[in-house]
Amino acid sequence: MREMTADPYLGKYITCVSARSTDKEILKKAQDGGIATALMVYALEEGIIDGTIVAGEGDRPWEPRPIVAMSREDILKARGTKYSISPQIAWLKEATRSFGLDKVGVTGVCCQMQAVRKAQLYPINMRDVPGKVALTVGLFCMENFPYKSLQTIVEDHAAQSLGSVKKMEITKGKFWVHTERGNVSTVPLKATHKYEQPGCHVCLDYVSSLADISTGSVGSPDGWSTVFIRTKKGNEVWSKAVAAGMFETKPIEDVKPGLELLTKLAKEKIDKNRKTLEERRNFGVNKALRDPYA
Amino acid sequence: MEMLNSIKKTVGGEGKPTQVATEKKMEATMEAKPVANKIKLGHVHLSGCTGCLVSTADNNLGFIKILDNYADLVYSLTLADVRHVPEMDVALVEGSVCIQDHESVEEIRETREKAKIVVALGSCACYGNITRFSRGGQHNQPQHESFLPIGDLIDVDVYIPGCPPSPELIRNVAVMAYLLLEGDEDQKALAGKYLKPLMDLAKRGTSACFCDLMTEVINQGLCMGCGTCAAACPVRAITHEFGKPQGERDLCIKCGSCYGACPRSFFNFEVIDEFEDISEIIAEALK
Ligand SMILES: Cc1cc2nc3c(=O)[nH]c(=O)nc-3n(C[C@H](O)[C@H](O)[C@H](O)COP(=O)(O)OP(=O)(O)OC[C@H]3O[C@@H](n4cnc5c(N)ncnc54)[C@H](O)[C@@H]3O)c2cc1C
Ligand code: SF4
Ligand code: SF4
Ligand code: SF4
Repeated sequence: MREMTADPYLGKYITCVSARSTDKEILKKAQDGGIATALMVYALEEGIIDGTIVAGEGDRPWEPRPIVAMSREDILKARGTKYSISPQIAWLKEATRSFGLDKVGVTGVCCQMQAVRKAQLYPINMRDVPGKVALTVGLFCMENFPYKSLQTIVEDHAAQSLGSVKKMEITKGKFWVHTERGNVSTVPLKATHKYEQPGCHVCLDYVSSLADISTGSVGSPDGWSTVFIRTKKGNEVWSKAVAAGMFETKPIEDVKPGLELLTKLAKEKIDKNRKTLEERRNFGVNKALRDPYA
Repeated sequence: MEMLNSIKKTVGGEGKPTQVATEKKMEATMEAKPVANKIKLGHVHLSGCTGCLVSTADNNLGFIKILDNYADLVYSLTLADVRHVPEMDVALVEGSVCIQDHESVEEIRETREKAKIVVALGSCACYGNITRFSRGGQHNQPQHESFLPIGDLIDVDVYIPGCPPSPELIRNVAVMAYLLLEGDEDQKALAGKYLKPLMDLAKRGTSACFCDLMTEVINQGLCMGCGTCAAACPVRAITHEFGKPQGERDLCIKCGSCYGACPRSFFNFEVIDEFEDISEIIAEALK
């Protein structure tokens, strides 16, 4: 096992690689390298988990709804990034109750990984949860959008009907909308800023530092993911999965743009949000807004 | 990290310097002699339902382990025959106080005098919880109508919110209280950091409601829609509409769990970032 790296912007990790799933069916609809889906499917098949919380399909197009998935089929249904709030953790306790799970998997963005760890160390009305979280896969996340924001961005700014969208992506300074019939529209990110979820502006994590394994797109080429293996648990699962041929991997050092760009974006996010937290201290006249990290 | 590593080496059965000698001896004389340096733990039962004590006992062998190695239960009317509140290092107080019941008022005052650390165990002690709805008029003490969380009568050091409180949280607080009182410098430092947010909750106040999520999280621009509050709520009073909490306030029993569990109420990076090591330390201590 390699030495643990502790980076002020990328968190603690054992290794970082660029990777993609070798499962063609998973890749067909995966957002990037299909890491999140492939890991949970592998963990389910190996008995490392007996179910996992994923962002499934909701009532409206591109509105995610958290579900407890207990089959490969249901995990696959959650492929693709939905740029809107999916309250994943709402099912965390229930997964150990009516679902009867012993080994719960959780996928989600950075703040949701934080919620899981807080529940493990400070379980407040979260009986059984600390010991039953078996594997967490966290996504990189710059910011998220309320559903009405997403609607405005896609329908007004990109002028696409939500029902026709095949994939959305935030990359290279733009919000990209790909339709089923092959059209591509973009919105400059600058135009989307005012629609961001305000609670994201105090978020101090970009790469899901508290997950067992975290993954995202930045740093790796299209169709590939950047993956951090962070905890003992994560390392064990990742090593087994790679040995079983579930993933193609490349050392992150051999990949462009690699960790350099990722570190730059992580730093931008954290510095900007630290400043927001700082400003909250003098938001009123001799009155501060609350700081959850104080 | 360094500190956590050194703690890992010293906590638990194997290498704990303060206890290694006594533990060797213990194997021979298990029941005959108590382990040195155990802390004195008491359970004080006010207007509660005993569910908090059941949660404590639901640590199963972990509870027995704590009683074997770290704490003597010096007071608990449910479990032992000690009639009057004795000196305690840690008092776990469950239930609120009926201010028309003289003996209850005396007992909470005495608890504060006799305990080094007072813990409000569970939501009735912290926040009043279901007893907030009491208003008297029932046989055969129709005048017993006013109930207050213990923090309105005495200073409370630590909160363990929850209705029911999670066994794991009670266990963690017991282990950390032991390390705070009997550990080496590093262990004391860790325990202090761990307990801080639960001490801050005690300083913050004695009221709780779904509304805390509105006034302290959503209204403050801090909610990010994670859903944790809905998972924590024992009565399913919280759903999410377009990613934000929606409270059924007539269902809410005012337990304060949602706010406590919310990662945007307190989030102490210096502890939670070390989740892996701290979980190991606690597991090791209970092995
Ligand atoms: C709001 C948001 C912002 C993001 N921002 C960035 C970024 O700035 N930079 C970057 O590199 N990557 C970002 N990502 C991550 C990236 O878009 C991919 O989700 C990630 O690379 C996983 O791809 P995959 O092919 O492994 O996942 P897939 O195999 O396609 O699986 C998708 C996974 O994402 C989960 N998911 C989908 N939508 C949500 C949601 N709304 N909330 C919680 N979980 C969800 C599903 O449960 C599933 O596990 C973001 C993701 C989200 C949800
Ligand atoms: S930016 Fe932070 S708070 Fe917002 S959704 Fe992403 S991880 Fe959560
Ligand atoms: S737990 Fe807190 S941050 Fe999460 S949805 Fe509820 S109020 Fe919002
Ligand atoms: S909403 Fe639920 S968790 Fe929150 S205080 Fe009310 S009963 Fe407790």
